[in-house]
Amino acid sequence: MNIPDTLLYSKSHEWVKIENNIATVGITDFAQQELSDIVNLELNDVGSEVELDGEVGEIEAVKAASEIFSPVAGKIIEVNEKVLTSPEIINKDPYGEGWMFKIELTESLEDIQSRLMDSSRYKKFLEEE
Amino acid sequence: MKKTPFYEFHKKLGARMVEFAGYEMPIQYEGIIPEHLHVREKAGLFDVSHMGRIIVKGEESSKFINYLITNDISTLKDFTALYTVMCLENGGIIDDLLVYRLLKDYYLLVINAANHDKDLNWIKKQAMSFKTDIIDTTLNEAQLALQGPLSENVLQNLTDFSLSSIEYYTGKELTIAGKDVFISRTGYTGEDGFELYFDKSYSDEIFSAIIASDVVKPIGLGARDTLRLEMKFALYGNDITEETNPIEAGLSWVVKLDKPDFIGRDALIHVRESGIKRRLVAFEMLDKSIPRHGYIIISNNNENLGIVTSGTFSPSLRKGIGLGYVKKGFTKKGTQILIQIKHKLHPAVIIKPPFYKGGDA
Repeated sequence: MNIPDTLLYSKSHEWVKIENNIATVGITDFAQQELSDIVNLELNDVGSEVELDGEVGEIEAVKAASEIFSPVAGKIIEVNEKVLTSPEIINKDPYGEGWMFKIELTESLEDIQSRLMDSSRYKKFLEEE
Repeated sequence: MKKTPFYEFHKKLGARMVEFAGYEMPIQYEGIIPEHLHVREKAGLFDVSHMGRIIVKGEESSKFINYLITNDISTLKDFTALYTVMCLENGGIIDDLLVYRLLKDYYLLVINAANHDKDLNWIKKQAMSFKTDIIDTTLNEAQLALQGPLSENVLQNLTDFSLSSIEYYTGKELTIAGKDVFISRTGYTGEDGFELYFDKSYSDEIFSAIIASDVVKPIGLGARDTLRLEMKFALYGNDITEETNPIEAGLSWVVKLDKPDFIGRDALIHVRESGIKRRLVAFEMLDKSIPRHGYIIISNNNENLGIVTSGTFSPSLRKGIGLGYVKKGFTKKGTQILIQIKHKLHPAVIIKPPFYKGGDA
């Protein structure tokens, strides 16, 4: 199970990378393994406002569908067009090419860091689940 | 939870295990899509030991089975198989099953794992007035399916008997890797292939010998479901249940109303004469959405037409496909329907099955 040290993690298995005031969001290696065979991804439009833990789309695998929640609040400024057309990229590279959307933050970095888990806490969280 | 004789193989091969019908079974190894495509292109090995296996023997066994099931075994020869359903008096389906005639007055019934106890009780109860013995051999035997266009080549390397002489829905007793097996040219994928029945003490040798082939991969229950659904093969519990009858399920071809009395005959004659109110249809999505069990089917005029009984992403067709019961009048191929997924309606079209037309079974 790959859990990079440089990212933050949510309980609904999204990862977040924050640079300047922009958060890049994807799903974790654990989530892609659980879903397996991702075949469809739908995301809200660029420009839409996102509440904390608000639904921003849906990810579908052969056997199951699952909502995607935003672990941060803000505005969607970019969606990864490549994974919308080829969602299987998420299975192959969940932390790299498989990123899903970018959010311009309306909350502070400190708030986010205190709420989300770092890699060691996420690892523990997975073990307990 | 019960384990099949192949449990350790599944673990070693990296399977993700799930509970299914009281057994711990492999849902997938590498992934549903690659496993599915491997069966369509090469050969895949399925552990189907969880299926129920029941021997019916004795001087009235033929008469009894023909009373129990809707199809007609009177013309079956030794070592041939027949697909059928068995019904309640009211015509509802108790289970779908394979009947093998192994010898005169000696039959093997292969039933769904989830229905094992229910079926066994039903069969024993119905058999009381016949001179017949019912023997449950489920736990003594193992069952494998090898499916895909290269299946015959793979097994031919493990036996002296010429497998090309085994026709579709017939079987043979022979040796595979030196062990006695009963093998039939049957399956649940739409591809050429075989099912193997043998004493569970041979499990290690036979599984090892088959999986050793370069062209064989192990296949989980996930791909078993997508493969059968692409062929519109019914799944008990989803597409057929005690609340559905074989006429509306599109299984009239296994209902022989002209044979002497069988359980459910009067009810099914009534259904045939009064006409069905709904029918199981196959449909493809016209957008990227994927239908799932339980979704509602709606007409273009916003009329509720029925319910999706099975749905998946089709790995061969790369789109959402499904089966569902649809109100009479809307069941013709080409009819546009809508599938309600959450709060949105998604367009779909009824097709003539199977979805996947390239199978070589």
